[in-house]
Amino acid sequence: MAHSFARPRRSVILTILMAGLVAYSLFPLWWLLMSATKPQDLLGDSFGLLPAGEFALFANITEVLTHQDGIFVRWFGNTVVYVLAGAGGATLFAALGGYGLAKYRFRGRNAVFATVLGAVAVPGAALAVPTFLMFSELGLTNTMWSVILPTMVSPFGLYLMWVFASEAIPTELLEAARVDGAGEWRTFFTISLRLLAPGIVTVALFVIVATWNNYFLPLIMLSDKNLFPLAIGLASWNADATGVGATPVFHLVITGAVLTILPIVAVFLLLQRYWQSGLSAGGVKG
Amino acid sequence: MPVPGRRPPSLRVSAAGWSFVAPFLAVFAFAFIAPVIYSLYLSLFRDQLMGGNQFVGFANYTAAFTDPKFWDGAGRVLLFLAVQVPIMLFVALAAALAIDSGRLFGKRFTRIALFVPYAVPGVVAVLMWGFMYGERIGMVGWLNDAAGSQVLAPFTKEWILVAIGNIVTWEFVGYNMLILYAALRTVPGELYEAAALDGANQWRVIRAVKLPALRGALIIATIFSIIGSFQLFNEPSILQSLAPTLISSSYTPNMYAYNLSFTGRQINYAATVAIIMGVLTAVIAYVVQLRGTRRED
Repeated sequence: MAHSFARPRRSVILTILMAGLVAYSLFPLWWLLMSATKPQDLLGDSFGLLPAGEFALFANITEVLTHQDGIFVRWFGNTVVYVLAGAGGATLFAALGGYGLAKYRFRGRNAVFATVLGAVAVPGAALAVPTFLMFSELGLTNTMWSVILPTMVSPFGLYLMWVFASEAIPTELLEAARVDGAGEWRTFFTISLRLLAPGIVTVALFVIVATWNNYFLPLIMLSDKNLFPLAIGLASWNADATGVGATPVFHLVITGAVLTILPIVAVFLLLQRYWQSGLSAGGVKG
Repeated sequence: MPVPGRRPPSLRVSAAGWSFVAPFLAVFAFAFIAPVIYSLYLSLFRDQLMGGNQFVGFANYTAAFTDPKFWDGAGRVLLFLAVQVPIMLFVALAAALAIDSGRLFGKRFTRIALFVPYAVPGVVAVLMWGFMYGERIGMVGWLNDAAGSQVLAPFTKEWILVAIGNIVTWEFVGYNMLILYAALRTVPGELYEAAALDGANQWRVIRAVKLPALRGALIIATIFSIIGSFQLFNEPSILQSLAPTLISSSYTPNMYAYNLSFTGRQINYAATVAIIMGVLTAVIAYVVQLRGTRRED
């Protein structure tokens, strides 16, 4: 694409080497998919990468959805709530904040900027224990807010939006709107938002995947099974299955895992081109 | 909301700037700054048997620095960092260069296939690999049966850290590949044309054009990987249910802090461990960034 002046010859050897890496990436997922089609007693007796004699995928799915009074469906709903409120909030605040930092000069702006850049280096996992300690003092643990509020903060998202807004929105456009007497928020909603859209999708993807897959934060915050997201719920089924005197439900963990992956992988494949543009933007300035 | 026309425009515009940043700052202050400050405060106190909660200065920090459990976990993540991160980044770099070279059949498919594991929830990745590592229903049991001997034994003291490293590599190699590949796409075509005019071969183009262009992205990928290693938690903590005797509650510093705050209820000490690891991570990330940017001059 970028250097098409002399199209290089394709290499079979290089392709074979990379095919090995592709196989490494995909075979665990293939194993998971095949295992989800088997009843539990055949899991150990059949070769992992081929289907077994009995096709039990639909029976497994039915059992996942009805096991323990259908708690899996509830976990799914909880995950959607965490994604909509937490990741949605994070995207909104990052878009507004990044736009404000990129397009306005105000007192204290540099201090805000330095703080946020410093915060990018602090990983979410390092913050989970301190946040838990404070939330438990405030009586916020074991509520949906204990997962939603920390999820709403994405310094990296704000940074990406700042990079994006700096380049995507011409300052003259805002000045022209000002001359026309439009209010700043009105200008944001009628003009800037549309220009920011690709950046917003990129940030939304990052925080949606991070929220869907988050483990440490909900694990430390929640003890009520009814508030679990999918990730914690699956891990709890697995822990139930391996305890002393427990009934193993490996087929449910495996089929539940497939059902957990499907929506997020679908979102991801549909919008994957935005990742690359987001990563380029973050990399160029960093 | 500022009233248009009443105040000078610069002030109006300045207030609008604040109003855009304010929602982020409000949540940031509550769910980021406040927990850090509260934990710093907690780390200076200790629940004494006599006299309740007392100010102890830096006693928790000196306790942590002489705590063998803390050092055991910290040493383990350092070892993990020193071995797993270079392997993962080298594979990611090779993959990015191969995809960018234009010499692959099925380039688009390769890129997406390598990236897909990143979308798989960490919990699912660990459960999946954990099952496959197992003798009973997994691929390892089948492989050992086929070979007629114990070829692989992931759930042993010697191999469990390698088994964890494999899971982390599987999850993140495609993500790092994409960071590097995205950087390669920004190299201007004229540079390649100039190199071709000079008669440079593929390896020289990689050394003279591509690797220098990758420096910034490599620094970012390294920093993210260092942070990930230091904060290692998901993989060992989920594998713990499959191999309880191999993975202790202080296997990594994060697991230690979690178990202290949760099962041990030693919140002051948990806050101390979390702060030490947070500071250590930030310092190392900062040093990598400094070294990386200095070479650019």
